[in-house]
Amino acid sequence: MAKIILDKLLERFTGAEILETGSQHGNEWARVAPAAWLQVAGFLLRDPALQMSMFTDLTCVDRLPREPRFDVVVHLYSVEQKHRVRLLAGLPATDPAIASLVSLWPGANWFEREAFDMYGVRFEGHPDLRRILMYPEFQGYPLRKDYPKEKRQPLLRRLPGSV
Amino acid sequence: MAAEITSEPGSKRRVVFGEADVSDFDESAEVPVESMPLRMGPSHPAMHGTIRMALEVDGEKIRTCDIEIGYLHRCFEKEAEAATWTQIFPYTDRLNYVSPMLNNVGYALAVEKLLDIDQKIPERAQYIRVIVGEVSRIADHLTCLGASAMELGAFTVFFYLIKAREWLWELLEEISGARLTHSYVRIGGVVGDIPEGWAAKLLSTLGKVREAIGDADKLLTRNKIFRDRMDGVGIIAKNDAAGWGLTGPVARSTGLDYDVRKDHPYLVYDRFDFDVPVGSTGDNFDRYAVRLEEIRQSMRILEQALARIPDGQILIDDVRVALPAKRETYNSIEAMIAHFKMIMDGLHVPPGEIYSFTEGGNGELGFYIVSDGTGRPWKCRVRPPCFANLAILNKVLPGLFIADVVPTFGMINMIGGECDR
Amino acid sequence: MPVSFYSSKLADAINWARKYSLFQYPFVTACCGMEFMALWGPKYDVARFGAEFPRFSPRQADLLIVVGTVTEKQGPVLRRIYDQMCEPKWVIAFGVCASTGGFYQNYSTMPGADQVIPVDVYVPGCPPRPEQALDALMLLQDRIQRGEGHSQVVLKQEKGFDVPLAAIRPSAKAGG
Repeated sequence: MAKIILDKLLERFTGAEILETGSQHGNEWARVAPAAWLQVAGFLLRDPALQMSMFTDLTCVDRLPREPRFDVVVHLYSVEQKHRVRLLAGLPATDPAIASLVSLWPGANWFEREAFDMYGVRFEGHPDLRRILMYPEFQGYPLRKDYPKEKRQPLLRRLPGSV
Repeated sequence: MAAEITSEPGSKRRVVFGEADVSDFDESAEVPVESMPLRMGPSHPAMHGTIRMALEVDGEKIRTCDIEIGYLHRCFEKEAEAATWTQIFPYTDRLNYVSPMLNNVGYALAVEKLLDIDQKIPERAQYIRVIVGEVSRIADHLTCLGASAMELGAFTVFFYLIKAREWLWELLEEISGARLTHSYVRIGGVVGDIPEGWAAKLLSTLGKVREAIGDADKLLTRNKIFRDRMDGVGIIAKNDAAGWGLTGPVARSTGLDYDVRKDHPYLVYDRFDFDVPVGSTGDNFDRYAVRLEEIRQSMRILEQALARIPDGQILIDDVRVALPAKRETYNSIEAMIAHFKMIMDGLHVPPGEIYSFTEGGNGELGFYIVSDGTGRPWKCRVRPPCFANLAILNKVLPGLFIADVVPTFGMINMIGGECDR
Repeated sequence: MPVSFYSSKLADAINWARKYSLFQYPFVTACCGMEFMALWGPKYDVARFGAEFPRFSPRQADLLIVVGTVTEKQGPVLRRIYDQMCEPKWVIAFGVCASTGGFYQNYSTMPGADQVIPVDVYVPGCPPRPEQALDALMLLQDRIQRGEGHSQVVLKQEKGFDVPLAAIRPSAKAGG
């Protein structure tokens, strides 16, 4: 975790793109406007002082009932510089969509498919956005806070007499 | 009659038989092909049970590959949102179920960082965590190598390595109570101290494990059949490793030198002297060799840790975080009240977010935890190393033969519990 | 001697042969698979029960061991594999996830394999110790000997007998 990333981000981008930065428990994070997502991520990848070439994780947090409801969270790491950063982008509850990072890091492919599967966030520019962990017939997005934990959607009729 | 000869898949060819027509055929023309869909899995004999590979094959060569996961999706995150902080430990056991201690330790470290007590964990507890973690790591690599060797036909190696794994599991059973899903670590330390004589038993077992992997090494490393099947197969380029998020033995075999224990030491790893094996070509054999060498390095760490482990407590003294010792609970009123509050109220973690990462059996095992201040997490995400490691197979498998799928997939060490969570 | 004497002796003999030569299909999904591998290992040797060699094709197997959690996505796969096996066939639900779903009660886990296939023996444990699994195998062997496995009972109801009587008298029927 390094302050240099936040410094360079604040120097390169304006307040319209980088909404907030912070450092908590040793993690540096920056909140990015969704429209500037690809731009900021591309800068982090290509800047020679930062070189955030390793794509660590992409996930989504459902902050119901706060608006914007969904936060897409990306963790990036640099093997050469040994620093990492967390980027967050807030998306609205209706039709959440954001640019896909597959063009920058090929590893983002499956992580974005999982975020789509579990939360329903669409990634524009993703080559193959479909469910990855759940079966295609599943309706709804299970990790959202309003999806009940025990609501099953069986694929197969149960044997008579089973509970 | 001349025939239309093209070699595009799906193209049709009109064939008219007769001597005159045979002489019309161009020697160099290929027989046009259509690829055949071949589905491998999800109930697969290769012991990893839950992956479905939708392959399009042209004879024996794979043209495209689409890996389908999710057959073991057991909703770790949803269960974690409904469970208290301590109740999540059994769920973490079942993530990478061949090295459960490492998952326990990773999760505990994440929550401890949120609680700001990660510097106050007693030293003995930290050493114990390192010791059981490394024993689990050895068990993980033994299972991977044994199962992969069996899939290639080397049954004897499987028996040798499973026998070695049994010895380690007996030791872990003695210290934690369970052979496989230990739930041994708690927030603030570990649940029980090392029994009498355990350290000596571990040292002698390590000697036997060293012999067992020496036998496996002698049977495999210079075995022509094994080398022919593993050398040059499933090559992953070093430049791809970071972009695809590869970590662990798979990334190290490509030449990417990244090990969380060395680069960002946690617990007491910075006090030990050990090497991190790094491969060069990124093929299956390199992954095998990296894992074999990692077993030896883990044994080095274990020997040093057992020699230097200090005496002391195994669980932090803070009663808001950990249960007081049973002797005090039964004998003093303060401890009894603290015990009662801890059980009834549970552990409360202040609001915040953290991404904490450790070196799991397969690579960087990360826990991204969001807390809202209550007794249950708001979000508890696992960053699974083998999820990213498996994704690259969609790129690596096309061009290989069907028979190459087995060792390549085996050496990625996809663990269903971790990949699908 | 009535045919029923011979047919019951034949049934005993054939069930004796069946129980000591089970061809298992290990339907391994999760952590229980590690304990299952330990069963094959030299310490808890399952070969001494005659059930050693796994047949990785359901067509050639008669014992389906469901090892580990069954998810909803996996349900049709499990059902299809069970249907592809020939009668008589037996099922062991290995582990508490395959028996009842374990502590995974959520949108993706099927609460037990018996939701889609009939199970003969349930082995609780998370994961079960290999001794428990061997005990389950012995219990199953007793059931097979008595002809009480699900599939054997169904065969008896549908066809009237669960062992081929054609060996004694081609036109014989049970009870004659």
